[in-house]
Amino acid sequence: MSDSDPQGIPAPEGRADLIDTDYEIGQDNIETSIGPFGLDIHNPVFLISGLTIVAFVFYTLALPEQAGRAFSASFDFVTQRFDWFFLSAGNIFVLFCLMLIVTPLGKVRLGGAEATPDYSYVGWFAMLFAAGMGIGLMFYGVAEPMTHFSSAMGGIASEGGVRTDWAPLGGAAGNEADAVRLGMAATIYHWGLHPWAIYAIVALALALFSYNKGLPLTIRSAFYPLLGERVWGWWGHVIDTLAVFATLFGLATSLGFGATQANAGLNELFGLPVGPTTEVLLISGITAIALISVLRGLDGGVKVLSEINMGLAFLLLAFVLIVGPTLAILTGFLDYLLAYVQYLPSLSNPVGREDVNFLQGWTSFYWAWWISWSPFVGMFIARVSRGRSVREFIIAVLLVPSLVCVLWMSVFGGTAIQQVIQDGYTAAQDAPLELKLFKMLDMLPLTAITSLVGIVLVIVFFVTSSDSGSLVIDTITAGGKVDAPVPQRVFWCIFEGAVAIVLLLSAGGLASLQSMVISTGLPFTLVLLVMCYAIWKGLRAERRA
Amino acid sequence: MFQHIMAPVDLAHQDRLSHALKVTADLAAHWGAKVTYVGVGTATPGKLAHNPEEFKRLLGEFAAGQAELHGINADAHAAMAHDPTTEVDDALLRAVDATGADLVVMQSHVPGLMDYIWPSNGGKIAAHARASVLVVRG
Repeated sequence: MSDSDPQGIPAPEGRADLIDTDYEIGQDNIETSIGPFGLDIHNPVFLISGLTIVAFVFYTLALPEQAGRAFSASFDFVTQRFDWFFLSAGNIFVLFCLMLIVTPLGKVRLGGAEATPDYSYVGWFAMLFAAGMGIGLMFYGVAEPMTHFSSAMGGIASEGGVRTDWAPLGGAAGNEADAVRLGMAATIYHWGLHPWAIYAIVALALALFSYNKGLPLTIRSAFYPLLGERVWGWWGHVIDTLAVFATLFGLATSLGFGATQANAGLNELFGLPVGPTTEVLLISGITAIALISVLRGLDGGVKVLSEINMGLAFLLLAFVLIVGPTLAILTGFLDYLLAYVQYLPSLSNPVGREDVNFLQGWTSFYWAWWISWSPFVGMFIARVSRGRSVREFIIAVLLVPSLVCVLWMSVFGGTAIQQVIQDGYTAAQDAPLELKLFKMLDMLPLTAITSLVGIVLVIVFFVTSSDSGSLVIDTITAGGKVDAPVPQRVFWCIFEGAVAIVLLLSAGGLASLQSMVISTGLPFTLVLLVMCYAIWKGLRAERRA
Repeated sequence: MFQHIMAPVDLAHQDRLSHALKVTADLAAHWGAKVTYVGVGTATPGKLAHNPEEFKRLLGEFAAGQAELHGINADAHAAMAHDPTTEVDDALLRAVDATGADLVVMQSHVPGLMDYIWPSNGGKIAAHARASVLVVRG
């Protein structure tokens, strides 16, 4: 791929630096209709990605053990052998984004010098946040700080010179205050700048090459500076198919796990039976709401749901902050930020680490997971970010969500940890992952209401991931067209729910496919590194305009 | 009787518009009405245009072409939508107000099974617009 096309970015003409290509958006598409359903699909991305997904699902169902072994072997290989690569790449992405904020390249406006933003700050922020990590915050908000706190308190243990404990860095054996700071710093590291830098890179690359260069809104466009016109051929097909693949399986597995977790919450609250029937009903319900949302479109569906979600999440946050240990949380917020800054150099160090379990089982896993989600979240962020300057974009996508995550973790995790330290209440510490949030809320007033809000949030966050994911897959498989016929997005939305149900009903199907999705993080890390180069080259061409 | 006709057009499918365009021009000539051709575009690059400016230019050229061809007074109005697949109707209804048209002439297909689930754009405009609406079949 070294023979890059010198004509990739032509000299800018006028104020819009359009790339001069003969490719017409939709030229490879097949426009037809099946019965009353109109279709406008990219040939061959739609068919290849659809058929590959069906083939993988059948493989997982027909040979569950073999598939499980193969996927988990590839998962171990990727997260254990390439931990240094993921960590280094993550650091590069953060530094690259920060560089864009401070250099003059940050002045470039997405959509042309005079473009005005499509959405207000509230709507924009709600959508990028809901698609990005909403659901994770619900489940890991209590679980992750608590887990790191406990393992740090446990100190380090080794066998044959290899660490067997899960404590971050050197742990903090028996020292409560240090264990809290280390646990929170490790959590913030996983949810702060690094994941959002990953999303920002993909989103910026897509927005720049679509809104400023006039290329279709699909992943392959960001490769134009490197591949030139070849990007419209098989290279591009492979890149787009991989993106569809990662997005659909990422969403389906999350949908499956999310249903399991929502089921656990409903069981805790209402005694609803735990089992496949409830879970299938939950997935069907979530898919049905997502379907209504995609039929109502970006403004009438996705945006409205995202805003409702943000409002509810904010209310829950404010409630826990006020009735929980308010002072401890507020002082903790600043202290945890400082702890993050203090531990960041060691946590992000890619080589010579002794805390292998933490490094590979948590950090490396997260980085692969965020990266495999990046085509979907990045593309969705790009879709709603026209009209922002690069500097404004990076600050809003990188810094603001990071701060909100710190606040969220401080409030939820901090409250749960204070319950352990001050009250000796260990139910949240001892509970399984999916119940930790509800056990923490048990100790606060109005438990029934707050737990219900918690479950509603979990479900609506899934709907907002599912509907935005369907729009993204629909756009990629329509060759970057955003005005493909409605039945197509309906198809992807239902397909996603169906894949989730099929995998949920097969033993270990979800877990093994999740391993495989995470494995796609490795090739996508390379894709992201190429995107950094493309962004830099593309922005420099804009500046000369 | 009518002074200002709004004619929604999908520039990507001009071949399917011939009947409505002819009716629009005839009515405009008959009453001496002005015609505003309205297109719904989006910010993302599409089959027709790379950006909103290019879309507006193409629409303007189309209107000028129609004016010359039929000897009528015509201009263009670009209505933008974030998600054109689902928001065409809303964008067109906003355009009816924005242009101040008193008659909308638009093409629509012969209703089929799917129209019970997703009503056609013409049907929705006729149901909600304040102006008179003439839906031209075929």
